[in-house]
Amino acid sequence: MNLLSHSVLLPLAEGGASHAPVVAPDTAAGGVFDLLWLVIGLPLLGAFLLLGVAPFLRGSLKASVDKHGHLLGTATAVLSFVLSLVLFLSLLGRDAEERQVGQHLWTWFETGSLRVGMDLLYDPLAALFLLLITGVGSLIHVYAIGYMEHDPRRRRFFGYLNLFVAAMLTLILSANFVGLFLGWEGVGLASYLLIGFWQHKPSAAAAAKKAFVINRVGDIGLSLAIALMFATFGTTDFGGVSELAGEADQATLNALGLLLLLGACGKSAQVPLQAWLLDAMEGPTPVSALIHAATMVTAGVYLVVRSNFIYELTPVAQTAVVVVATVTLLWGAVLGCAKDDIKKALAGSTMSQIGYMMLAAGLGPVGYPFAIFHLLTHGFFKANMFLGAGSVMHGMNDDVDMRHYGALNKAMPVTFITFAMGYLAIIGFPGFSGFWSKDKIIESALADNLLVGLLALLGAGITAFYMTRLMLMTFFTSKRWEADVHPHESPKVMTVPLIVLAALSVLGGVLLLGDWIVTWLEPVTGHAEHHEPPLPAIVITLIITAVVALGVAAAWFLVGKREVPREAPQDVSFATRAARADLYGDAINDAVVVRPGVGLVGGLTAFDRGGVDGTVMGGAAALGGISTLLRRVQNGFVRSYALSLLGGALLVVLALLAVNLG
Amino acid sequence: MTDFVKPTIDYFELWPLLVVFGVACLGVVVEAFLPRTVRYTAQVVLALAGLVLALVGVVLVAQDVKTYEDGAARGVLAVGGTIAIDGPSLFIWGLVLALAIAGVLLFAERHLDGGVSAFAGQAAAVPGTDAETAAIAANREHTEVYPLMMFAVFGMMLFPAANDLLTMFVGLEVLSLPLYLLSGLARRRRLLSQEAALKYFLLGAFSSGFFLYGAALIYGYAGSMDFAAINEAVRNDVGSSSLLLIGTGLLSVGLLFKVGAVPFQAWTPDVYQGAPTPVVAFMAAGTKVAAFGAMLRLFYVALGADRWSWQPMLWIIAILSMFVGAVLAITQDDIKRLLAYSSVAHTGFILVGVLGLQAAGDLAADEITSLQAVLFYLATYAFATIGAFAVVSLVRDGGGETTALERWAGLGKESPVVAAVFAFFLLALAGIPLTAGFVGKLAVFSVALAAGAWPVVVAAIMASIIAVFLYVRVIKVMYFDEPVGDGPSVAYPSVLTATTIAVGAAITLVLGILPGPVLDLAAVAGEFIR
Repeated sequence: MNLLSHSVLLPLAEGGASHAPVVAPDTAAGGVFDLLWLVIGLPLLGAFLLLGVAPFLRGSLKASVDKHGHLLGTATAVLSFVLSLVLFLSLLGRDAEERQVGQHLWTWFETGSLRVGMDLLYDPLAALFLLLITGVGSLIHVYAIGYMEHDPRRRRFFGYLNLFVAAMLTLILSANFVGLFLGWEGVGLASYLLIGFWQHKPSAAAAAKKAFVINRVGDIGLSLAIALMFATFGTTDFGGVSELAGEADQATLNALGLLLLLGACGKSAQVPLQAWLLDAMEGPTPVSALIHAATMVTAGVYLVVRSNFIYELTPVAQTAVVVVATVTLLWGAVLGCAKDDIKKALAGSTMSQIGYMMLAAGLGPVGYPFAIFHLLTHGFFKANMFLGAGSVMHGMNDDVDMRHYGALNKAMPVTFITFAMGYLAIIGFPGFSGFWSKDKIIESALADNLLVGLLALLGAGITAFYMTRLMLMTFFTSKRWEADVHPHESPKVMTVPLIVLAALSVLGGVLLLGDWIVTWLEPVTGHAEHHEPPLPAIVITLIITAVVALGVAAAWFLVGKREVPREAPQDVSFATRAARADLYGDAINDAVVVRPGVGLVGGLTAFDRGGVDGTVMGGAAALGGISTLLRRVQNGFVRSYALSLLGGALLVVLALLAVNLG
Repeated sequence: MTDFVKPTIDYFELWPLLVVFGVACLGVVVEAFLPRTVRYTAQVVLALAGLVLALVGVVLVAQDVKTYEDGAARGVLAVGGTIAIDGPSLFIWGLVLALAIAGVLLFAERHLDGGVSAFAGQAAAVPGTDAETAAIAANREHTEVYPLMMFAVFGMMLFPAANDLLTMFVGLEVLSLPLYLLSGLARRRRLLSQEAALKYFLLGAFSSGFFLYGAALIYGYAGSMDFAAINEAVRNDVGSSSLLLIGTGLLSVGLLFKVGAVPFQAWTPDVYQGAPTPVVAFMAAGTKVAAFGAMLRLFYVALGADRWSWQPMLWIIAILSMFVGAVLAITQDDIKRLLAYSSVAHTGFILVGVLGLQAAGDLAADEITSLQAVLFYLATYAFATIGAFAVVSLVRDGGGETTALERWAGLGKESPVVAAVFAFFLLALAGIPLTAGFVGKLAVFSVALAAGAWPVVVAAIMASIIAVFLYVRVIKVMYFDEPVGDGPSVAYPSVLTATTIAVGAAITLVLGILPGPVLDLAAVAGEFIR
């Protein structure tokens, strides 16, 4: 479709182009790019068959589908990955300036001047996401075959997973904000369904609801942003908006940036919409790995990077992004230090790491590639560790309390080794993938703002502390197992994905070789003018490594050298108590939103009963009373009627005279 | 005094009027010379044929009518300037004739009451005497009702077309006298019916007196009965303005009485309750249309230049009518009385449109005129009303029609179709969207608003809310209340009543969804010729 046609609505002023590159996809690329829709179509078909068709089957066919449905679910994900890989290689073969491929599927709806197409956009950014989603997604599908083996509803689980993958791919591939919103809501739905998958547990049902409700708040931001975009630019296509963004006034751009940020906060669990992520760990562990670590929660980062053509023009919103990110990266890290539940500790860490990505995204073109780079490496190592945690739980009878672990390195060697690779990656051990990506973010932050940079550096130290604590409590120190627990290594179907992810965690850094990822993303995020950091890069790297070492050492002395109590001690400092209580996130929500909300509803109900109903019923009663009184005038005597007629005539005449002559 | 000039009579343009009058006279002859057995058929066929012929005449005249000499409107002044045949006249004629056709169908209904019509077997027989019993036993029925009705229709057509005060008075009387008679001809509850007729006659005569006195005063002011001459006098501000004001007031009394505006509404509930339901159906719709037509012409053509003096009076009358009608309807326990008060409230709503008169220059290009809005409202109101009263005639028990509201409980179960149709008419009268009533209300409110009468519009909206309550109350009784005793029974009507109800419902629905054509028709009707 011709995106340039939108310029009729808002003609470009001379030389008024925005700084960010304009999105102008080539819709006639042909070849393998014509199969772009199939990347979404395959998992969507899987979801449809497993969720839409299977329940209507009967007899042995149904039994067979229930038994083997997971294979179909996995196959669609893997095929989708293969296709993504082929597409990626094809894109790699094109010239840098031609790496934006579009596909128009159909016109979704057209009303008034609003025209929204089912359009796909495949560019370097989407290409990386596609590989991450389908690649890590396929591994997690494989892993889940083992993990969910004894669950009677495994077919449905794989249906939901397929649905999630399809929605996430829609989010990434859509060429306009409305399509993005479709995917955005789709992953929200899948997330809700999967967090509450074990719906017999009230905690899981509550967690699902909490995630859904908090995400609604963010979604309001995104939908308002889309509406504002349409009102301002007359289009929601990335192409149209990126072309016209420079023409909008500053207030509109600020509003757009902040509203998009609100949406990103909800999906990516950034402060103040962070409270749902830790509870979301009620879902099965593959879900935590796929949705709440590697892919969905990073959608907020994607949104900010994708909307770079807006953020480039609104320093206010960019600053807001940086502030939110910095607060979140520390908030999540602090939570990670106090949690004894292995998954919640990892969830806190996820929150914190997404904070790093957001921080990078808030830094502008300098940061965008590193945000995506960290997003990818994090996708590897965090999925790896979540799956590792799942493997540990699998061996420990689904116990998640790290105080009941200890010395598992011998019992579960493969899990231990692979988890260790993820651990080294996240703390930023030199050479591992996380080292490269985090290092770049902190360096860029320091160059941008000293305070933010130092806080990010502090976060790196805390990360090292809590991850080391987690590692020590789980795999080292003394055995604190429950009586009837016999830890054992997980089956191959679970360990193979772990090994692959561990390898990626180690090697993910290769993406930075020769600044490859920076160059690769340049068509999307624009060329960056690098600021000189306050110190030489090598010095910064050394400092970061030193801080990380400090964190590791602190954990070693505080956790590794001491006896870990089986019950969490209660006589702890205020800071620990606060961290255990999620830094009072729920209490704050309760005080700021829930209680006033309940109060408001109560007040409205009372007003409705007393005020509105009272007025209505009272009004009706009063009218009835007046009516009864007036009825007496209607006494049936024609003489009275004649008198009232005469009186009326006199009144009319007198009134006419009084009004006009008086 | 000028010499007598022989008036030229434009027979073509007067065709509809003459046909109706001729058929009425022919009906009298039929009554006198045809044997009793064939009179019913003859009268019904004659009346229907005459009305259809007149309606065709209206359509033909409307297509042919020439632009008037002032160039602003289309129409001709006939019979020496006493009758104005212009767009609004033709619109009202068409409406009245359509209502009259529906009225004849209702009059002719003989299925509901054991093979006889709703009219008294022998009106001259005193109720309760042997003579009455004999008349009932012989299955007698009065077929004079058809010529009477045709005279009333003639009056209803003459009234809004009258272009001077005397012709208007004649129209008023020709329309009223047959209706007084018809009101007293009920077959059942004859005393109530006769009482209603007598009340209607006495009060009607009283109000006609006011009208005539007002006409005399205006003549004293302007020196002419002719509307154009009165307009000229008002423009030039000749004579004593108190004469003009008192005259205006007294003329208004006569007209406001006919439309049932407060404080001249007292006759409405008693007459509506007592008169035979087919008569009420025809009268409630037809009289209102004709009387508002006449009122529009009097106020717009003769007194238009003086609108600042009569508009405030209409403001008050409109507000009073809406509120008194709606409030009093709430506590009524008889469905016909309830509809009577509802008609009082509707008079108020139509007056809201009437007082929305603006000078031609003040009107935006695509704005509808108050004339258009009132004409449209009249069309919507008339069809919903005639349909609603037709439904009332279906709900019966052993003693004939059962109009007590409590006896309507459970109608929704007894006869879902009848209850649904009646509920639809009620919703239309309440002005719920997707019915004609909504568009009508919207039209009159918006012209009043455009004319700056926002206090009236605010009051009108409040009154509408009260009115919704009273209509929904009936729906609640029909659907949600437990039936009393055996519950209501619904008589199966012949095709005559069924057609009337179906057409009324269809028009009410279509005008609600696609008001465009009729609004256009009202727009094409254009302005009064002056």
